[in-house]
Amino acid sequence: MIPETIRLRREEQATFRLRQLYEAYGYAQYKMSKFEEYDLYVRNKSFLVSDNVITFTDTNGRLMALKPDVTLSIVKNTKDTPGARRKVYYNENVYRVAGSSRAFKEILQTGLECIGAVDDYAIAEVLSLARESLALISPDHMLNVSHLGILSDVLDRVGVSPDGRTALLGHIGHKNRHDAEAVCNAEGIPPARRAPLGALMAICSAPREALEALAALYDDDAWRARIAQLSRILSVLPGERVRLDFSVVNDMNYYSGLVFQGFVNGIPESILSGGQYDRLMERMGHSAAAVGFAVYLSHLEALEEAPSAYDVDTVLLYDADTPPDALLGAVRALTAEGVTVSAQRSLAPKQRARRVLRWQAGELKEVTSC
Amino acid sequence: MLNIALPKGRLGETVYAMFEAAGYECPAIRENNRRLIFENEAAGVRYFWVKPSDVAIYVERGAADVGVAGRDILLEYEPDVYELLDLKTGVCRMAVAAPAGFRDDVRRTLKVATKFSHIAQTYYAALGREIDMIHLNGSIELAPILGLSDVIVDIVETGTTLRENHLEVIDTVVPISARLIANKSGYTFKNQAICRLTEALSGQIR
Repeated sequence: MIPETIRLRREEQATFRLRQLYEAYGYAQYKMSKFEEYDLYVRNKSFLVSDNVITFTDTNGRLMALKPDVTLSIVKNTKDTPGARRKVYYNENVYRVAGSSRAFKEILQTGLECIGAVDDYAIAEVLSLARESLALISPDHMLNVSHLGILSDVLDRVGVSPDGRTALLGHIGHKNRHDAEAVCNAEGIPPARRAPLGALMAICSAPREALEALAALYDDDAWRARIAQLSRILSVLPGERVRLDFSVVNDMNYYSGLVFQGFVNGIPESILSGGQYDRLMERMGHSAAAVGFAVYLSHLEALEEAPSAYDVDTVLLYDADTPPDALLGAVRALTAEGVTVSAQRSLAPKQRARRVLRWQAGELKEVTSC
Repeated sequence: MLNIALPKGRLGETVYAMFEAAGYECPAIRENNRRLIFENEAAGVRYFWVKPSDVAIYVERGAADVGVAGRDILLEYEPDVYELLDLKTGVCRMAVAAPAGFRDDVRRTLKVATKFSHIAQTYYAALGREIDMIHLNGSIELAPILGLSDVIVDIVETGTTLRENHLEVIDTVVPISARLIANKSGYTFKNQAICRLTEALSGQIR
């Protein structure tokens, strides 16, 4: 019997549950080495969350890196097989500069990749698994979904310069409508042409409502076909805890199509991130398509409840004459009652126990209670 | 309850007046005391005063759901937050200033003193100008006077300090004003409250 006071950490629970979920959908575990040649990351710097990488020279003089990312390694080791689809999941530590800390961190990451003949079903399955992953972590979650094809189409129709486009993408990612407006002013874009962009940036609602707002932006067949395809994929998701939100703007040099970010209430940053990365595949010489996501399990620490007031339920004190077999029997009997026990010769400094027992002449006597 | 980080000082007071007028008052904040946190349960807000350059950190890390930060701070630290409104207050500009009559000799590396290294670096990189960055934490105007730097990149409001030190603005890097920012996760889970606040505040912008 496992004592009730021993709780699996959220990270451990999530690892186990997510693994079950991904294997149930036919994803095979992909185990990899902790190192990769640095060259891989130099060529794809902007794909990384942070371009700071821990490097070292290995025994034959090659410059190596502690992996800052998993997807690049999986893509590199994937062969193009027409018609086939490779489905893998991983549970690995990556090493990179995390958030605003400006310091290297070891980050536990799990995730999955679907590479090869990716069709609407494959995309819908991955999107649905992303939402289920969030649900397994916490019932209070939200999946924000965006579509870079739609975003790119709107920017094309607005008609901005390449520099203006880069600036606009930054502002869209920050929901910064005032500076987006300023870019449009500087580029001399007439109000009628820029209006759909403002409307797109304002969208932040459940799929049904958001799709209606999207459909109203333009009135032509190409646009209707885009919205219909997005609608078909989103139909696999429940109406709640999912939002269409175009502020999810992954790098368009690598991502295309659907992109998404997951949040869990109580964690200040996104805990899940993913999307279709066909452009990364192209850049790495593959003809196949790909979609996947990563879950940052290290962020789950923010959800841990307050630490227990005690290091252990029971400290069992004994002396040099105590027979080991009898003492072990007493420890086993206590753990069978569902409490944690530490048998020690004396109480350690600053150690906090719910109660302290002493082995005396074959009996357990309470020394003190806290 | 919305947690709101306000910048200590004159800007914070101006901005609080906007929140108050928008229906998010918290009378205790007007009392002259040394408290840092003020709450009005009925209005659903909890304010706290923090150093202006720290507002973005409080918001990015979720200790505050929303906050008010100058554009200078947002450009310098690039926090991963939403920028919901330009409050059009605290208006000034980030500018390059130099001693009166300064002539930029492009054959030499330009020595630039600033508190805003990232903004200055980005600005000169876009111009393709090689610079020697000197990061200072205060009294930036002193640097060119003592020959520590050729120019400074700093915030200019009225230009009085520059004039008194015989410096003049030679270029504007970027206009600055106070922005309403929000934590991305907070925006997701307190969406209605934050959207309502944004809407109410937008009615207070002059």
